[in-house]
Amino acid sequence: MTTTTIAGHDVDVNEEGFLTQPAQWDETIAPELAKLIGLELTDAHWTLIRFLRDDYAVQGETATLRRVSTQTGTPVKELFGLFPGKPAKKMAYVSGLPKPKGCV
Amino acid sequence: MATPSKNLVVLGAGTAGTMVVNKLRRALPASDWTITVVDRDDIHDYQPGYLFMAFGTNSPEQVRRQKQPFIGHGVVLVLAEVDRVDAEARIVHLDGGRELPYDQLVIATGTTPRPDQVPGTLGPQWHKEIGEFYTYEGALALHDQLAAFSGGRLVVHITEMPIKCPVAPLEFTFLADAFLAKRGLRDRTEIVYVTPLDGAFTKPVASAALGTMLEEKGVTVEPDFMIERIDQDRKVIVSYDEREVAYDLLVTIPLNMGADFVARSGLGDELNYVPVDKHTMRSTAHPEIWALGDAGNLPTSKAGSVAHFSVEVFVENFLQLASGKPLTHSFDGHANCFVESGHQKALLLDFNYDTQPLTGHFPFPKVGPMKLLGESHANHLGKLAFRYVYWNALLPGRPIGLPADMSMTGKNPV
Repeated sequence: MTTTTIAGHDVDVNEEGFLTQPAQWDETIAPELAKLIGLELTDAHWTLIRFLRDDYAVQGETATLRRVSTQTGTPVKELFGLFPGKPAKKMAYVSGLPKPKGCV
Repeated sequence: MATPSKNLVVLGAGTAGTMVVNKLRRALPASDWTITVVDRDDIHDYQPGYLFMAFGTNSPEQVRRQKQPFIGHGVVLVLAEVDRVDAEARIVHLDGGRELPYDQLVIATGTTPRPDQVPGTLGPQWHKEIGEFYTYEGALALHDQLAAFSGGRLVVHITEMPIKCPVAPLEFTFLADAFLAKRGLRDRTEIVYVTPLDGAFTKPVASAALGTMLEEKGVTVEPDFMIERIDQDRKVIVSYDEREVAYDLLVTIPLNMGADFVARSGLGDELNYVPVDKHTMRSTAHPEIWALGDAGNLPTSKAGSVAHFSVEVFVENFLQLASGKPLTHSFDGHANCFVESGHQKALLLDFNYDTQPLTGHFPFPKVGPMKLLGESHANHLGKLAFRYVYWNALLPGRPIGLPADMSMTGKNPV
């Protein structure tokens, strides 16, 4: 685990670059994280990021792709369009949350 | 005057449901508790046997029994479909209008493969060029599909996690490799392992070890593949990011979902699993509802071993609850999974919420006789013997000598 500076904030990240302390995240950090994976955030991205943050606050874990899709009414195909390649991981990354587990 | 008898209703007479009613019936006086178990049919399959049926190692008769003889004396077995649970009124509504009021309810209706959820799966080639081994019918059909296979591209595909028995697709791949080699077809077959995960398995040490095994067996891994549809005409599977994998024989693990009545009752998450406390299996929404076996959302493998260990913890807690005491037992997520690797060998994975599968020996340090996360013949014999243990000790609810909590004894720490 290492500490790095993003948008003027000191944040702890793991070996894959995911924030390890979701509380260190705020909305000024997301665009910087997005830039690091080649994304420019639009309103559609922000709707999903805010859902992920709110859902994490209640559930205590990162929503899976299916959960994001069903809870926000966004087709999976569209999630792939907004966060190309690995939407579940990229959404979590930009939102400062751990990788979704869903995988046990 | 005696207090009136209470009702425990258990939905599902599979591995977890059968164990629970048998253990509790022995422990709770019939004058205090009526125990009713509901299932839609009278068929109990030894599900790990499906894999062996596909390769002809287990006969269909070894895998299938009737449920009723496994339900202990003094337990009421009701054969009916569940329409819905009214959690406020504490009533289970069955199809046909019958109602079962409960004081405590256990949902143990498992998880079911849902091939209808990926477009193009249930076409004319279902159970022909597209196979599966997560149902009795599928395993029977796959046995014939494999017997007729003459080489080409064999694609093993996982739709989405979680799935029941997450090691089974790897086992199928290892066994298919050995099966094809024995028939002289391995040189003419390309085996591709397509997974939504970023590697062979979900936990790092095991994923690396199992990934190496796939590599050694010449299996190509296609990771991070989220399927959108199957094109039966072109014989390809297509991902959401528009990758295509061609097959001659596709063995797919369909999306797994909990029972539909769970959704109808408003008790499930997006895959119809009941959200529960991971240490007590108690519903987070309704304290008199519990979900055991694959029906809940425990963050560990959906596997018979987890059902077994978590049922033991649940039973201890339930007896405390029944006598008005606080619940003191806590499930640690313990899973114990044999992984058949072909050529009469198997691996053994033993892990819990906090400890991933590690190398070492089980249950005794150095001597084993089982080897953890490494291949051995003893592991294979253990896996084959388990069918006997299942029918004769596990389902009747007799102790089989494995503690519910995982032990670090014999494990090599990372």
